[in-house]
Amino acid sequence: MAITVDRKPLTFWEKLYLPAIIGGIKVTTKHAWNTLVKGKVVTMEYPEQKWTVPDHYRGAPYLVKDQEGHTKCVSCQLCEFVCPPKAIRITPPGDAGAKADRTNAEKMPAEFEINMLRCIYCGFCQEVCPEEAIFLQKDYSLVGTSRAEMIYNKEKLLSLGGVSPGIQKWKLKLDEAKAQENFPVKL
Amino acid sequence: MDWNFIIFSLVKLAIIVGVVQGLVAYSVLAERKISAWIQDRVGPNRCAPPFAKYIPVLGPLLTRWGMFQPLADGLKFMFKEDFTPAGVKKIYFFLAPAIAVIPAMLTVAVIPFGSVMGNQKMVLADLNVGILYTFGIVSMGVYGIVLAGYAANSKYPMFGGIRSSAQMISYEIAMGMSVIPVLLIVGNLNLGKIISWQADHGWLVMYAPIAFVIFMVSSFAETNRTPFDLPEAETELVGGYHTEYGSMKFALFFLAEYSNMVSSSAMMVTLFFGGWTLPFWGLDHAATSLGMGIAHILVFLVKMLFFMVVFIWVRWMFPRFRYDQLMDLGWRTFLPLALVNILITALWLWMRS
Repeated sequence: MAITVDRKPLTFWEKLYLPAIIGGIKVTTKHAWNTLVKGKVVTMEYPEQKWTVPDHYRGAPYLVKDQEGHTKCVSCQLCEFVCPPKAIRITPPGDAGAKADRTNAEKMPAEFEINMLRCIYCGFCQEVCPEEAIFLQKDYSLVGTSRAEMIYNKEKLLSLGGVSPGIQKWKLKLDEAKAQENFPVKL
Repeated sequence: MDWNFIIFSLVKLAIIVGVVQGLVAYSVLAERKISAWIQDRVGPNRCAPPFAKYIPVLGPLLTRWGMFQPLADGLKFMFKEDFTPAGVKKIYFFLAPAIAVIPAMLTVAVIPFGSVMGNQKMVLADLNVGILYTFGIVSMGVYGIVLAGYAANSKYPMFGGIRSSAQMISYEIAMGMSVIPVLLIVGNLNLGKIISWQADHGWLVMYAPIAFVIFMVSSFAETNRTPFDLPEAETELVGGYHTEYGSMKFALFFLAEYSNMVSSSAMMVTLFFGGWTLPFWGLDHAATSLGMGIAHILVFLVKMLFFMVVFIWVRWMFPRFRYDQLMDLGWRTFLPLALVNILITALWLWMRS
């Protein structure tokens, strides 16, 4: 049903449009003054100024190193398996390949590639990783001039990823084991 | 053949056309900048040719002010595909932009933009019927828009064309009527004479303020600017009469709109604000030296730019009029008001004589 809205008839001044004109001048000059003189601008000039992204932001996934600078990834290929758009591709070291560069790990990937053009930033890789070796970080503007350039290799991912913020699971385990070895057995 | 006259006229013509085009380009920039400031934004500040950053201080500063933006805009228009939609009436479709631009450029011819330089009058055509000429030419501007609306063979441009014809015809009457008190007071149709009268007696806006208000509002309507931009109301009619146009043809409509702005600001300055004169610093009589001639032109330009800014400012101040409100304002308010104004002016002049 149509509703008829009661409108007050305009007064003589309002009919002259004068209050509206004065109001318009007031508002526009106020805003122009604020922008020009006080420099209050809502625009964020993007490449120079950037958003601070929230802590739980899901940006590009990178590989992280542990606090001693070793590769955390053990080439288990779970992330490759879980990745919905198949953006991750891991080449395992094989029998003759290089061994892991840290203790408590058998191997590390010979090559680890993420195609950033395919990645959908879902975070499954981070969730599935048993070694906490891959994290979605805060980068959101990845730029390249070719498709090949957008496939990030292991070296690049490690250098971009930085150091793991988390606990060192295997270091604790190792310390525990060592402590057990040295346990004074009293007979 | 008076070769002297021909050569000087051609030189003046080239300069006027160049200046008007430049003003149009930079008033688009001004429009974007002023709208940005009013809306708490920054406005265009990135566009620059590659060499700009090598100029020490000036380069980045000009880039920041967006001074290269009009160049980029113009280039963009030129390199866009000149697309002709299927089903348009081709001849009229191609003719309409030209018909819109020509009157817009022609009106500038009679406007005295300075006093004299050397022994050349700073006006392209010193007509004795200057105002009549302007009104005659301005009324032709509607044809371009109507033709564009018709030729596009599409409903929204058609609406735009129809609205514009109704609007421009209505406001032309009020506009013409509003100038009559000025003519009564001065007793001359020559724009140069009107200016010299104002130099002697003071600006006409003090004698005929109501005429000025009517003239200004009508010229907003004539140039299809907000709050009377019904022909190109983006929110209602897609793009209005130039919906189907692209590339340089669209740019011509743009050019027409802004040169109309330039010429109506120039007319307002000439008719009501003393043209190139200033009541002090001895700038109120025809120039005797070259420096004064230049000063007169600058005075005129500054006054004109002020009205250009008002034009732009108003666009970001008021919402669009509804069609019936627009007609109501034109026919039931401004026309009677202008008539009464003529009567009062005539009576006042009769009492004084």
